[in-house]
Amino acid sequence: MRERRASQAARRAREFEAFVAGAAGRLLHAATLLTAEAPGDNPRARRLLTLSLAHTYACWDRLRGEDPYDRARQHLATRFARAAWHQYGGLGRARPHPTSPLAALTPQERLIVVLRLYEGVAEEQAAALLGLPADRVHTICDRATATLLHPPQGRAATSAMGVAPS
Amino acid sequence: MNRPEREAAVRRIMEQVPAPVPPELYAEIVRRGGRTLRRRAAARRLLWLLLAAACVAFAVWALTARPWVEPPSQTTPPLTGW
Repeated sequence: MRERRASQAARRAREFEAFVAGAAGRLLHAATLLTAEAPGDNPRARRLLTLSLAHTYACWDRLRGEDPYDRARQHLATRFARAAWHQYGGLGRARPHPTSPLAALTPQERLIVVLRLYEGVAEEQAAALLGLPADRVHTICDRATATLLHPPQGRAATSAMGVAPS
Repeated sequence: MNRPEREAAVRRIMEQVPAPVPPELYAEIVRRGGRTLRRRAAARRLLWLLLAAACVAFAVWALTARPWVEPPSQTTPPLTGW
């Protein structure tokens, strides 16, 4: 009994390590895009990734064939959405780093752009995950795309200030 | 520029800077995740213990108080001798 449990734990550790080795790079890049930090200096993105992967580790035995990457991504997105309004909201809080590609967007726009375009989550799934109507996700994604491709002069500083009223 | 082209352009903007994964990340994840697991196990054990203690307490109370036995009447005298 004890040996079987030990071998199960070893197998579980091996599987989880392989999963982290495969998924951590992409998820860390997504998290860095979300927090709009510089690629070399991303403590908040690392913290976000650590917490969501630790959550995945804790429910690894109860996944029942569900995709662990999907689970980690969901947790990452909801944690960011929950934390965004007080971490990135007011004045004097974390400013987007100017070298980040998504620095011109608000946290909500970054979240939706990363989910829809970088991770390729379907519109309905992203909407259900964030608790928004699908039309709203569509609109925000379009607006964020437009802001990224044609950065407005003079408005970039103010648009990065706060969460868009939803 | 139509929608697929715009989306592809945004994807290209986002793909350009890969961040290196720090090597100590895995140990930190396992530490935190293991702590969560241990906490959950402790909470589950505590709840089972509470449930067992409640069952034992109820059984002891039921055996001493015998609530199913009809209590002797207090208001009318026992009906005897007719």
